[in-house]
Amino acid sequence: MDTQLGKWEVFMQAKPGANYIHAGAIHASDKKMALQNARDTYTRRGEGTSIWVVPTDAIVASNPDDNDMFFDPSNDKTYRLPTFYVMPEGAKAI
Amino acid sequence: MTEQQALYKYCLRLGDNALVQSYRLSEWCSNAPTLEEDLALVNFALDMTGRAQALLTYAGEVDGNGKTDDDLAYRRGEREFCNHLINEQPNGDFAHTIARLLFVATYEYLFYSELMRSADERLASIAAKVVKESRYHMTHANDWAIRLGNGTDESQRRMQAAIDALWMFTGEMFETDAVDALLRDKNIAVDLGKIKPVWMERITEMVKMSGLSMPEGAYMQSGGLKGIHTEYLGHMLTEMQYLQRAYPDAAW
Amino acid sequence: MELLEKNEKLQDKASGSFEAKIERDDAIEPRDNMPEGYRKHLIRQMSQHAHSEVIGMQPEGNWITRAPSLRAKQILLAKIQDEGGHGLYLYSAAETLGISRDEMIAQLHSGKAKYSNIFNYPALTWADIGAIGWLVDGAAIVNQVSLQRTSYGPYSRAMVRICKEESFHQRQGYEIMAKMMSGTAAQREMAQDAMNRWWWPSLMMFGPHESESPRSGDAFKWKIKRSTNDELRQKFIDKTVQQAEVIGLKVPDDQLRWNEEKKSYDHGPINWDEFHSVINGNGPCNKQRMAHHKKVHAEGAWVREAAEAYRLKEEKLN
Repeated sequence: MDTQLGKWEVFMQAKPGANYIHAGAIHASDKKMALQNARDTYTRRGEGTSIWVVPTDAIVASNPDDNDMFFDPSNDKTYRLPTFYVMPEGAKAI
Repeated sequence: MTEQQALYKYCLRLGDNALVQSYRLSEWCSNAPTLEEDLALVNFALDMTGRAQALLTYAGEVDGNGKTDDDLAYRRGEREFCNHLINEQPNGDFAHTIARLLFVATYEYLFYSELMRSADERLASIAAKVVKESRYHMTHANDWAIRLGNGTDESQRRMQAAIDALWMFTGEMFETDAVDALLRDKNIAVDLGKIKPVWMERITEMVKMSGLSMPEGAYMQSGGLKGIHTEYLGHMLTEMQYLQRAYPDAAW
Repeated sequence: MELLEKNEKLQDKASGSFEAKIERDDAIEPRDNMPEGYRKHLIRQMSQHAHSEVIGMQPEGNWITRAPSLRAKQILLAKIQDEGGHGLYLYSAAETLGISRDEMIAQLHSGKAKYSNIFNYPALTWADIGAIGWLVDGAAIVNQVSLQRTSYGPYSRAMVRICKEESFHQRQGYEIMAKMMSGTAAQREMAQDAMNRWWWPSLMMFGPHESESPRSGDAFKWKIKRSTNDELRQKFIDKTVQQAEVIGLKVPDDQLRWNEEKKSYDHGPINWDEFHSVINGNGPCNKQRMAHHKKVHAEGAWVREAAEAYRLKEEKLN
């Protein structure tokens, strides 16, 4: 059986301090190769200042069927949001 | 020989090495063992093309006869090229390409690290850019050499064969002539005698890490500096300069 | 209260059946429920798209070593490299549907998976590099812009990245054609010859009229496809004819006329017999392209095996 090497997910940081964002995937047999392949594939236009690579099978994704129990309960907790609060007229810098 | 003539030749040598490497690396496009490696080798080819542009443009300026980088790349014959023979050798299998990259990128990393301190500001600034590229090429080649040297029996056999086959072209990289001597006096050229032992030490170390043995006692080939090449260069230029030769008056 | 409603709306969006999501124009993600037919349709389309990018490297690759200037060589290399990268993005996106890259390549080699017909034509002169960039990439981009809105999230995201990167491809081809058209008589002749050979195959790239496309009903229903083949083809013709005129190239279609009423061009009949014949393996380069891909794949096997063997050894050590 042929091998195309293992699959890795690539996360790129566009500029220092920014969040790492999923860019796509590459194949590689080891960590060094994964980083280099991610570099050669996803920074061809100077897109990044830092790269994370993660073996695809190490990523755990939430199950869409659980969406109601996972995400619904946080929907009514609007007191977590600053706009929930009524501020006295004229108060500044708050 | 004036300093200007020597500098012209020096830039031409460096430019030709980049140009010929760019040609060989670009031949890997759509031929590499994985899609990812295809992109990597083309990245290196692009680095080399950019390097050739910078160095041949400067050569043309030093020469002062209005020649562009393209004039120098596409309108010179094989006896006028002064690249190292190692760079014009056919790609062979992937192990050969990795072995060459290991030898040459390590050399270039050391060479351009020195050239950054050249009294010639233009060369120093080109070197500052090139040295980063070479460091990456060297790392990439080293990692692959380790994988292939320690992989399967077949990959080890191929990697050893590649190192053995290319070894006889490595001595030439440290040859010097009157051009070097003149520019060394002006602190423009790199002292190749200084980088040779470092190169040898690093290569020995990398070959060891790859579980391979260093080639022994090979007679070293020579000729590139004098424009005496292996037969491969003529074919390369025939192909590369095809449109210039078939349509001498056309611009593309 | 307003916030609560907004959150509920968001929540509605994240749940619900496949049909409801498609109806709402929500992206379908890898772990979402999806009909088997949808998954299969996507695998077929996305792997074909990926194979097209990779096989498409060959005709242009034919000119890398003969590119006539350092600048031209750089541009061409970067462009072909992009095609490889785009193949890679698309393989990766297709892999989220539960098929591996090995399997997709095996399907390409067995003939089960196809690639775009256009790459079964030869790139004969330097002008062909211009024509491929301008016409073939020009046609592809019309299709790909439309696919940015396709319903499968990973496919759509790959298309957004691809469209962004491909924006220079068509320009580089057009630049080559323009330069040749302002050059010597031999260059102009070469450019027109390339135009003559690539125009019709480029129009065929959009595929036959919808009634001839057996699977297009599902593709529209599932919002994989957003525009008809004919709509996209018309869009391409309307923008390209003007570009040809500007540089003095003649479109090789005697029946091409501006139609004031529909505000677009009418064109002559497309030779669909040729299209089907090439798809069925009778194009000038079908065998050559596949043989090359198989050869490279076979020659690279020892390298991939060595990399895996090295990984296993290292894992044992650690």
